[in-house]
Amino acid sequence: MGLLSKKDAALITDPFADNNPITIQVLGICSALAITAELKASIVMAVSVLFVLGAGNVVISLMRNIIPSKIRIIVQLIVVATLVIIVDQVLKAFAYELSKTLGAFIGLIITNCIIMGRFEAFALANGPWRSFLDGIGNALGYGVILIIVGFFRELLGSGTLLGFKVLGDPIEKTGLYAFGYENNGFMLLAPMALIFVGIIIWIQRSRNVALIED
Amino acid sequence: MEHIELFFKSIFIDNMVFATFLGMCSYLAVSKKVSTAVGLGAAVIFVLAVTVPLNWLLDQYILKGGALVWLGPEYAEYDLSFLSFILFIATIATMVQLVEIIVEKFSPSLYNSLGIFLPLIAVNCAILGGSLFMQSREIPSLALATTYGVGSGIGWFLAILAIAAIREKIRYSSIPAPLRGLGITFIVTGLMAIGFMSFGGMLTGGDEEAPKEKVVSSKKVENKEDLKAKELKKKELANNSKEIQE
Repeated sequence: MGLLSKKDAALITDPFADNNPITIQVLGICSALAITAELKASIVMAVSVLFVLGAGNVVISLMRNIIPSKIRIIVQLIVVATLVIIVDQVLKAFAYELSKTLGAFIGLIITNCIIMGRFEAFALANGPWRSFLDGIGNALGYGVILIIVGFFRELLGSGTLLGFKVLGDPIEKTGLYAFGYENNGFMLLAPMALIFVGIIIWIQRSRNVALIED
Repeated sequence: MEHIELFFKSIFIDNMVFATFLGMCSYLAVSKKVSTAVGLGAAVIFVLAVTVPLNWLLDQYILKGGALVWLGPEYAEYDLSFLSFILFIATIATMVQLVEIIVEKFSPSLYNSLGIFLPLIAVNCAILGGSLFMQSREIPSLALATTYGVGSGIGWFLAILAIAAIREKIRYSSIPAPLRGLGITFIVTGLMAIGFMSFGGMLTGGDEEAPKEKVVSSKKVENKEDLKAKELKKKELANNSKEIQE
């Protein structure tokens, strides 16, 4: 990319695989598991985290020299809480159904470890442009995992993607259902998300041997 | 009666870790040894037991729509619920600071072994989640809110205790290298979550559908699941009655 230096571009691409917030840094697991039963919810959550992490990183980075160290967690919490309130109100105004589906998990973005983790690890020590890139990169890495898990869970669990019946109609037995295929309802339940992320971790560490722990 | 029901419901059926996946980050990070897991679990129970009722009071008398009526009738239309996030997290951060001071004074060894994870309880999704679920489920009284807080804490404590015990043992098993550590923990937690789902009929005796609150649910699949569940229960009842007759 002509715009970004190599180091800056790495801030965006690293979190995709090598330093993925969910599977490597082990942050942000809670929401990744709970709301991925529908692809739409996963996408909305990913976009919300993108906004909160990007804007939050910039704000904290701009304030980094004036925040006293003793109260920095409280300041971070206030910044994140304010941004999340904005996201929550926007969702309630423009996508009420979706905000009901996501329920309390929009509020739980506040305690999403990725956000506080990146504030502490990056924004407090770096300038606003680089913090913005780091925020975007990590949010995209988080979003990628969310979308992968959401994609498979919705496809295998209810045979739809974003609400569109991709595999045919289960009640009228068209498409794949004509061959006796049944939706795996289990995929929509909580535990499968955990097993799915376990499998993603397995695949990731098989390909990158350096990530294996002893 | 409803206290006992809510208590058991929040420990087993709505278990914070296995049903709604709250508090996973510290759950995964602190579960390598049983002793630290016990310490963190106890701290979480205490923080939940204190913050959920406190936040209930906040919600009841300041945040809800029409809550400010006690200040005067002209305040009846004020709805401050959009401030819930900030106020809840403020009470939580304060309480956690308090817990940190107490633990440092009374048990310095626990304080050292917990390290960074004690202040991190403030951002543990389980704590904020407890308050948010208390708010969204509209728990009607202070005593019930306390029961809910204590029950949720005990549920989380059970979960982290179980996974710590398993992880201690599993270090000596021959797990494929890429799965070692984090991967197998996820899968084992998934299996435990499946196990905990078996508590679903605990409070209704299996005669009717337990009122479950699914975070994301597809209506079509719910109907199908209901049908399947009812079929299974009919078969169970049929088997039971056969056994009694024999």
